[in-house]
Amino acid sequence: MSTAAKKTLVVTRFDPDRDSAPRTQSYQIPVQDDWMVLDALNYIKDEVDGTLSHRWSCRMAVCGSCGMMVNGEPRLTCKDPLRQYGETVVVAPLANFPVVRDLVIEMDGFLDKLKSVKPWIVRAKELAAEAGPVRQSPEQLDEFKQFSMCINCMLCYAACPVVANEPDFLGPAAIALGHRYNVDSRDEGARERNQIFRGEGTVFSCSYANECSEVCPKHVDPAAAVNQAKFNAVIDWATGLVLPRGGRQ
Amino acid sequence: MVEVLRHDLVIVGGGGAGLRAAIAAVEADPKLSVALVSKVYPMRSHTVSAEGGAAAVARPDDSLEMHGFDTVKGSDFLGDQDVIRYFVEEAPKELTLLEHWGCPWSRNDDGTVATRAFGGMTTKRTWYAADKVGFHMLHSLFQHSLRFDRIVRYDEQFVTKLLTDGGAVRGVAALDVREGVVRVILGRAVILATGGAGKIFPFTTNGNIKTGDGMALAYRAGVPLKDMEFVQYHPTGLPGTGILITEATRGEGGHLINKDGERFLVTRDYGVGAKAELGPRDMISRAIVQEIEAGRGFAGSYGEYVHLDLRHLGAEVIEKRLPMVRELTMTYVGVDPILTPIPVRPVVHYMMGGVDTDIDGATSLPGLYAAGETACVSLNGANRLGSNSLTECLVFGARAGRHAARVAHGSSAGSEAVLRRQGEDEQARIDAVRGKQRGGEKLSRIRAEMNGAMERGCGVYREAASMRTTCDEIAQIKGRFADVALEDASKVFNTELIAALELGNMLDVAEAVARCAQVRDESRGAHTRKDFTKRDDQRFLHHSLCSFDPAGPKLGRKPVTLGHWTPEERKY
Repeated sequence: MSTAAKKTLVVTRFDPDRDSAPRTQSYQIPVQDDWMVLDALNYIKDEVDGTLSHRWSCRMAVCGSCGMMVNGEPRLTCKDPLRQYGETVVVAPLANFPVVRDLVIEMDGFLDKLKSVKPWIVRAKELAAEAGPVRQSPEQLDEFKQFSMCINCMLCYAACPVVANEPDFLGPAAIALGHRYNVDSRDEGARERNQIFRGEGTVFSCSYANECSEVCPKHVDPAAAVNQAKFNAVIDWATGLVLPRGGRQ
Repeated sequence: MVEVLRHDLVIVGGGGAGLRAAIAAVEADPKLSVALVSKVYPMRSHTVSAEGGAAAVARPDDSLEMHGFDTVKGSDFLGDQDVIRYFVEEAPKELTLLEHWGCPWSRNDDGTVATRAFGGMTTKRTWYAADKVGFHMLHSLFQHSLRFDRIVRYDEQFVTKLLTDGGAVRGVAALDVREGVVRVILGRAVILATGGAGKIFPFTTNGNIKTGDGMALAYRAGVPLKDMEFVQYHPTGLPGTGILITEATRGEGGHLINKDGERFLVTRDYGVGAKAELGPRDMISRAIVQEIEAGRGFAGSYGEYVHLDLRHLGAEVIEKRLPMVRELTMTYVGVDPILTPIPVRPVVHYMMGGVDTDIDGATSLPGLYAAGETACVSLNGANRLGSNSLTECLVFGARAGRHAARVAHGSSAGSEAVLRRQGEDEQARIDAVRGKQRGGEKLSRIRAEMNGAMERGCGVYREAASMRTTCDEIAQIKGRFADVALEDASKVFNTELIAALELGNMLDVAEAVARCAQVRDESRGAHTRKDFTKRDDQRFLHHSLCSFDPAGPKLGRKPVTLGHWTPEERKY
């Protein structure tokens, strides 16, 4: 808790009402050894400059609000220890997104992409509550569990070289979440989603850079999901050629 | 001129209760249009931080009667018994629906849903998805809600006022955080589902967004808040940050240890009997405070603490069932629980009180409903049992959604001119606050002073003198809040403005907590008096009400619904 040192945070500022382009502002502040980058931003907001805008809430790495670029890398700032950085730390909004203001990005596009992969259980016949829970073995759960861990923090989009060039690319998180339902034993919607995945700007646009999995703070491994989704989308297409009902009974 | 948007039902808040209400409403009425208004993206809602599980009877050795009795006893008999009986009956259905909607519940080898032990619960009835239950429930609900085009989301829109006409609620005024403009969103019913208010305290598990907004909205519209004095301290938060370490650690067999190496819940009499670490939260929190006050805590730079020891559970149980705990302790305190005990201390976690509702979620204002932590439907009474609250969001979110849908169907829309004018007044009020340079008070300082006053007077242990001081301080801080100076005049994503509006909400809620606490001269559940150490059913077996009045809060009372279980001494 002792005051270790001072650090300078170089923070991107942008207010579309006043600024024609983003600029940076430096804040030299006293820091604690156990602070995360987010703690430093909150200190600036509370004590130095009330006009700084950033999103945050849970400060325990699960709500996904506080993703930013720290020294050029996408980071969840509430779990990014400040002490690992030198005297100057550069904080900028997540790359590959339009900026609303300062460190706040516009992410409505992601929500549209998410919806487009039908991230819900599709069943030919909906079950009533009275039917009780569907059985699912621990092994079946393991098939999709990792891909269900996505907190929608958008770090993977900021890291993805395809998103950088092709903003409409469905992107790692949305593909991982669509794939998550495809490999859930309770779901019957894989054909619909595979059709979506065979469309333009989806799984086959991925260039195997693997950057998404490297930056994911929850070890979702979206790159693995994209690869599995590609494979399944092809198999499903091929099966569809041979068997008109896609091999499903 | 403010923009007016028209829907049938407006839901404020997109967490567990708000999303469940929205889904229930559109399923109940195939023509209904629902506005889901949240100050954040719904998946950021604080439901996401819940860890340990959701309770519902699932095993042959369990029964609804047992779940009900555990709940009413946990509530120190202040829970309404009709509400509790409905809750335990609906709970298995609601958790089953979540299963059908994709929630990745942890499983037994035979594929059935696994359950774990939790504090105050007689048997294993807490359903879990490892220790990320709130996260999985929230994302399952949110993703499922995307199926329904009739649920129209208004993300990052901060509701600042309930709009009324002819004695009924007809919509809300919402500040678009990104654009700085107020819009009027009309509906013939409104459901408040904005969660709790932990941020009125300095040390809390709650996220930054938990500022009691829905409670303040209802209170200012004339609806009483109920049982506000009952604030739950979770026994195990990380020192410094207050990050929650789930009760599932103890459900899986973890021990609490003092500095002398004693498992004090076993070696000393704290009223939890053989339950030991699986006693209810109010009792365990008091035990930890007493251990620390007796000099048996560990000294740390963020105050004294005790140890939560999981080492004997082994790496496999910790990695499989408590992975988030391990991630949190390694990240935030540098402790691997496989090798080292976790430092913990009691931390503000949950508001048992909230907007006074009946069993349908209806308030005293026609058309206005509330559900989840925002509401006080009187499931939890004076002390909530761990894992009942996630289920509560579903059971009473769904019920409020169905009832509000019915009411929305048959109500009139009110006068649009009148409602628009209220929206314009609200725009003017907010424009006057934004970037207001006048006054010498600093926002963060006022917030910190409110936090300090609440901790001093409304902590785990309370007494008349300190509560009186807190009430005086809160009243004085409210006065100074009018003089707060703001620096940010921008209309775009002005988080300083939002923080100021949130602080105004918190001050109302804090005042209600302190004032209700002050008049309850007994110890019941989480409200523990040093000067009145016993429960007093003769004088206090009733709910507290706190209503807005320009001259200051007006206190009242309301009977507890009994009838099935007879209040008895609460001993384990």
